[in-house]
Amino acid sequence: MSVTVRIPTILRTYTGGAAEVKAEGGTLGEVVSDLEKNHTGIAARILDDQGKLRRFVNVYVNDDDVRFEQGLETATPDGAGVSIIPAVAGG
Amino acid sequence: MAAQTVASTTDSTTSSAVDLGPATALSCRECGHRVPLGPVFACEECFGPLEIAYDFSSYDTEELRKRIEAGPANIWRYAPLLPVPADVADKPNINPGWTKLVQADNLARELGVDAGKLFVKDDSGNPTHSFKDRVVAQAIEAARAFGFTTLSCSSTGNLAGAVGAAAARAGFRSCVFIPHDLEQGKVVMAAIYGGELVGIEGNYDDVNRFCSELIGDPAGEGWGFVNVNLRPYYAEGSKTLAYEICEQLGWRLPDQLVVPIASGSQLTKIDKGLKELIELGLVEDKPYKIFGAQAEGCSPVSVAYKAGHDVVRPQKPNTIAKSLAIGNPADGPYVLDIARRTGGAVEDVDDEQVVDAIKLLARTEGIFAETAGGVTVGVTRKLIENGLLDPTLTTVVLNTGDGLKTLDAVAGTGLTATIRPTLESFRDAGLG
Repeated sequence: MSVTVRIPTILRTYTGGAAEVKAEGGTLGEVVSDLEKNHTGIAARILDDQGKLRRFVNVYVNDDDVRFEQGLETATPDGAGVSIIPAVAGG
Repeated sequence: MAAQTVASTTDSTTSSAVDLGPATALSCRECGHRVPLGPVFACEECFGPLEIAYDFSSYDTEELRKRIEAGPANIWRYAPLLPVPADVADKPNINPGWTKLVQADNLARELGVDAGKLFVKDDSGNPTHSFKDRVVAQAIEAARAFGFTTLSCSSTGNLAGAVGAAAARAGFRSCVFIPHDLEQGKVVMAAIYGGELVGIEGNYDDVNRFCSELIGDPAGEGWGFVNVNLRPYYAEGSKTLAYEICEQLGWRLPDQLVVPIASGSQLTKIDKGLKELIELGLVEDKPYKIFGAQAEGCSPVSVAYKAGHDVVRPQKPNTIAKSLAIGNPADGPYVLDIARRTGGAVEDVDDEQVVDAIKLLARTEGIFAETAGGVTVGVTRKLIENGLLDPTLTTVVLNTGDGLKTLDAVAGTGLTATIRPTLESFRDAGLG
């Protein structure tokens, strides 16, 4: 499954400045692993020491917040858009 | 220097040139990583929230107290404690704050609180009738410092009006984003200032996500989003609520505060403000309790508190208290920490209780609160009934907005009677 991942500004040092990159994977967890292969170091920014999503990261697969879905097990259909967004906004 | 909304947090060029008074750096609340002052909001190491670090070391307590007391009757009396230049009061801004702290003896009687112990901090008295003027006034100064010319935000309504007004006064362009189905009063109060107002088909969390994506896109370059890339500065404005409450109590800490929770930022910054006053010696060091208030239809922090969790599971909001309808509150985990650390609690009330509380505050104290004020008053009543809030101690309840903004919530309120213009008709109606 090929998906498009939107990269937030603070992670673009890992993607050579690219705001969007392609990645492979049938679940969000697999997508993050694939991102790490091509952009070494990025996974440790998104996941904590236990391999879970950091608490101040919001991830959306298409329009769905993965915290309402299955977290890292959330399916990422072919052509899906994945957005990684800092949570500390708003209010 | 041109503003760079996409500036890296490691870019030191934004720090040395800016004059934001005692502010020295941005520090991650999660991991402590420090970066120079700049228009950034999330830690590059862990995504944690960045907040302002200060150098207050040169202040003498009594000189500072005198300086504050001699200052203007607005938030700039506290300029030495805020990320703003020393001459901030001379710049065009909306100059909010120094709102009334009302001794609410009539409400106290109804709620069973001891006379002289209950106060309402009535922030409906701000220029656009909500506490949001405090935070936007801060953001304006940061926007100036970083060279932005357009102000933006995601808003549940009150913030949109505050940004529109402040932008108009300070000479910025504004373009703000709101859920498309907001109360009509709030839409008008945001649109009247002439900036661009865009309805997004979705709830507040959808709007917030959109703004967070816009900020990383060339379309949003050069924009200061007050509650995104300027959020560390913006949020500090809520400290002034703590400063004012203590100064208005005669430089005393209240024993208990009841604060509404939307993102949770206001509550965390009130706590920060109280701690700063203690550290500076401006108030006596003694315990205080902070209670958080939510509407049942959007109560992710209250649910997490009651379940003993230290993380917040997002909710889909469904409440009349739209100014508090943030289902994914950014500062929720910190609210849980503070409520537990201070011995407070987080509670919620349903929409019917919100309306009852709006009417209670209005008929007892002559204060017409928006729904968020109904939430805090309603939760105060519930906390007393549950024995969690001590009715013998000094308690401050926040009203953060004006009831004229949420007339729909009390739409059933109206005429007592309609009569002919005669004394007979007056008596017949049982009024004489």
